[in-house]
Amino acid sequence: MLKVNNVTKRFGGLVAVSSVDLEVNEKEIVSLIGPNGAGKTTLFAMVAGFLKADEGRVDFENASVLGMRPHQICQLGMVRTFQITQPFAGLTTLQNIMVGAYSNTSETDLARIKAEEVAEVVGMTSLLNQGADGLTVAGRKRLELARALATDPKLLLLDEVMAGLNPAEIDDIVTVIKGIRDRGVTIFLIEHVMKAVMNLSDRTYVLNDGKLIASGTPSSVAENPQVIEAYLGHGAAEAMAEGA
Amino acid sequence: MTNFRNHLYFLLLGALALIILPYFISSRFYIDVLTLIFFTAYLGQSWNILGGYAGQFSFGGVMFFGTGAYVSSILLTTFGFPPIFGIFLAILGGALLGLIVGYMSFRSGLKGSYFALITLAFAELLRVLANSVEFTGGGVGLFLTYAPGLSNLQFETPVGFYYFALVLMFISIAIVYWLESSRFGAQLVAIRENEDAAEALGINTLKCKIYAIMIMGAMGGAAGTFYAQKYLYLDPPIAYSIHLSVEMLLVTIVGGMGTIFGPLVGAFVLHTVNEVARHFIDTPGLSLIVYGLILIVIIGYLPNGLIGAFKKKRKKVRFYFA
Repeated sequence: MLKVNNVTKRFGGLVAVSSVDLEVNEKEIVSLIGPNGAGKTTLFAMVAGFLKADEGRVDFENASVLGMRPHQICQLGMVRTFQITQPFAGLTTLQNIMVGAYSNTSETDLARIKAEEVAEVVGMTSLLNQGADGLTVAGRKRLELARALATDPKLLLLDEVMAGLNPAEIDDIVTVIKGIRDRGVTIFLIEHVMKAVMNLSDRTYVLNDGKLIASGTPSSVAENPQVIEAYLGHGAAEAMAEGA
Repeated sequence: MTNFRNHLYFLLLGALALIILPYFISSRFYIDVLTLIFFTAYLGQSWNILGGYAGQFSFGGVMFFGTGAYVSSILLTTFGFPPIFGIFLAILGGALLGLIVGYMSFRSGLKGSYFALITLAFAELLRVLANSVEFTGGGVGLFLTYAPGLSNLQFETPVGFYYFALVLMFISIAIVYWLESSRFGAQLVAIRENEDAAEALGINTLKCKIYAIMIMGAMGGAAGTFYAQKYLYLDPPIAYSIHLSVEMLLVTIVGGMGTIFGPLVGAFVLHTVNEVARHFIDTPGLSLIVYGLILIVIIGYLPNGLIGAFKKKRKKVRFYFA
């Protein structure tokens, strides 16, 4: 469904993303993990059209989306959420979600119905008339998810929707994400919360210093020495093996 | 829905009151002041669509007014083209100018104060241009002849212009009323609140902003024809006066940006304050100082405008320990 081919992004002398290849197939939940500053969000931004890749190609459903603007990519069925939540602060939860729903209809009533449906899916029904600026962190993360979902995407790009949430809230949102997948939406997510990554993903890619260093099932990736070193420092894998 | 219906009854009642008002006012002065209030409210509303709803503050809104005024006036003086049709070409001219200015500035990503400044620059550019070319009459200006009649959009009594301005204002309110409940309006507000998020959710932000400035331009164009036919004289400092650019944003900010009645309330309050200050204070210039002081108080203490102050404040839930 999504194919990223040899994509590179440089900011001045810094290579943020370096020749990355990856693939997301239909109906999968694929995760992208890696230490802070690894280039995960940059990669997302390129896929969703917010940044232009310096090299390589990005294909969505066998057509290149490189050079397209984000709204065009959204209309194709690929939509991203933001790591730093970007609510329409002056609007209510319902109005926020309706903006997403309007991408498929110009009828206000239909958009409202769609928004209410989506709110039910993500568990925000009781917050519909609340101002988005009064939502908790968990509420804002859900709102990001809800707005994106309201555009009826084929592929959802979720950028750390669990960061800053407590364990109970994480369990809730994991259930929501599984529910979304069961409705036929493919999901590609960036996440730091390993428990959720293990629990959710069919496959995982690991990015470090802009390069892919591992990929595979979540458990195989977690045992990969290179991955352990990326997170815990050089020699950590050996130390852990000795300790065990 | 009952709420909406009450709202609508209230609206129609207010409209009716304004329609029959001239039958109870014999003073030419009050009719003129009211006409000016509607005219300013109308221009404020055009600014409100781009500034209040889409969040793009323009500082040169007068350019559409001036261009519209020149389009219909030149057509009239040069070709004898009747203003009743000329006003539509003025609308077209304003929209076209909106397209050009919008495309150039939004395309290159100008926003905030940069956008405000570029619109100011465009208005000034047009003023200088109008001064130096021949077909605008240059610095001498254009004189229109007084020949009352609907085809000329001129009227024998001030009441005629009162209704002309009232119709314009009603149309502007209808446009914003439609915005409030339409997809396009929701998209503009989304752009105002967060442009990146709007773009991510499938909104063509460039197109929406250009449409918004084109609507503003179209409305400004019609206002230009109104002004020219009422005052029968046009020169570059009038057509492209910074004063009018400021006034249209001022009435909207004072009344309440992004609200249906903000511009009308703002225009009413500011014109009343202005007239009262002028009436009671004899020292020349002092009335302007009083006017300025009241403005400072309103803007300083009512950041959401008068409408915002009267609206029941939404209960804000904040989580300090989250």
